[in-house]
Amino acid sequence: MSEKPELTAEEYTRRVRRSLLVGGTASLAGFGGWRWIQEQAEVDNIPGILRDGHELNESIWQTLFREDHQARTFSRESASILRVNGRIGIRNEIDLDDWELEVFGPDGNQLGAHTLDDIKALPHYEMTVEHKCIEGWAQITNWGGARFSDFMALYTDQLPDDISDVYLETPDGRYYVSVDIETMRHDQTLLAYDNLGEPIDDRHGAPLRLATPLKYGIKQIKRIGQVHFLTDRGGDYWGERGYDWYAGL
Amino acid sequence: MHWINFPLLLIMIYSGLRIYKAEDIYAFGILGWEWFSFFPDSFYESLDLNRRLARGLAFHFNFAWLFTINGIAYAIYTWRTGEWREIFPTRQHVKDMARDVTHTVLHDLHLRKDPPPTRGRYNEAQRFTYSLVLVLGALAILSGFAIFKPTQLGPLTWLLGGYTSARIIHFSVTIAFVLFFVVHILQVARSGWRNFMSMVTGYELQDRPAEDRESVDV
Repeated sequence: MSEKPELTAEEYTRRVRRSLLVGGTASLAGFGGWRWIQEQAEVDNIPGILRDGHELNESIWQTLFREDHQARTFSRESASILRVNGRIGIRNEIDLDDWELEVFGPDGNQLGAHTLDDIKALPHYEMTVEHKCIEGWAQITNWGGARFSDFMALYTDQLPDDISDVYLETPDGRYYVSVDIETMRHDQTLLAYDNLGEPIDDRHGAPLRLATPLKYGIKQIKRIGQVHFLTDRGGDYWGERGYDWYAGL
Repeated sequence: MHWINFPLLLIMIYSGLRIYKAEDIYAFGILGWEWFSFFPDSFYESLDLNRRLARGLAFHFNFAWLFTINGIAYAIYTWRTGEWREIFPTRQHVKDMARDVTHTVLHDLHLRKDPPPTRGRYNEAQRFTYSLVLVLGALAILSGFAIFKPTQLGPLTWLLGGYTSARIIHFSVTIAFVLFFVVHILQVARSGWRNFMSMVTGYELQDRPAEDRESVDV
């Protein structure tokens, strides 16, 4: 039924031989390529070529990023208190009354320090969004807090124009993230102190954590101790352990 | 393009399982009774799937592009060559589909002797299955992107019923692919070496009809 012309036996044999040769070469090439990936020098715990792939993905999706586009929001009734996942950086007890948020410029100089009341003095925003974990689960939850952009505005005069990233770490320095400035400035990126209207508890990062539907949970650091404004990408706990540095959604 | 899918899907499914292992919540149940959960621990251990999430993600998000590009190339190829006509059912096919597919399945299970009708290169069951697999391939890519960038591709994720729903679709499509693969291999093996060679070469060896041979002798 095929429309292909009939072939002589010799021609057929020739084609079979050629196909096998092509197929065999392709299989070898595929296998070689696979070995090549496996033998690549690792960059932050994954083969270098895959790290390059992550960065290529990042540049594609960052190009599509629009600061005035919003992640989907939900009705507050559909929100629940977030599942607890991960205690790195918040294992030790701290005295919340002594807590301060320290702010540093790109040269490493401290620019200021804030109490929780300073953050609460900024305009309050609430959002009900879907929190997504890189492990695969998702949950609708509600955050209340100050926009990071409002917080950053306090330092406009002291910061150079070329701030590209923000590095945040826990008071004990054990957990740390860096996030691109476009995401940090987005309206849905909050310095959150409320979860469903209640003050965030210890396990969720009291007194202040990052909350944004634009990144996986690994970027939404709990119990922020320090904020550094950087002109280049900073350290990132999970990024250094094989995950995509960008982790954008 | 057909063969490129084999290593690509192997990598996609394997790395996908490494991702799924991080939160393996899906189970198959009917009427509240759980038949089996995906997957037993021995399955993870034998395939080295434990605690490999970062590596799984790295492979998955990179090779996804190759799978997507291959899919687009195939779509253009079948469209340009008109080969899609050999695969997708026509209206007449759709009308007779239920009857003819049942016929083919019964025939293959040796419950019915007479061979099913064939219009063109593939029989009814093949048309139905191959079309479905192409749709599944497209759905795998779409649902994949929907859960890769659920915020930036919000409308796509919404179309698939939201993030959680898109994940379930993506997972189900994978299971369907594996089931297809098993049957596909069995069928190819059953239909013999010549048919397999035709998958490789694009030509099928056929015995010349008897009257042809006689005429050569004369």
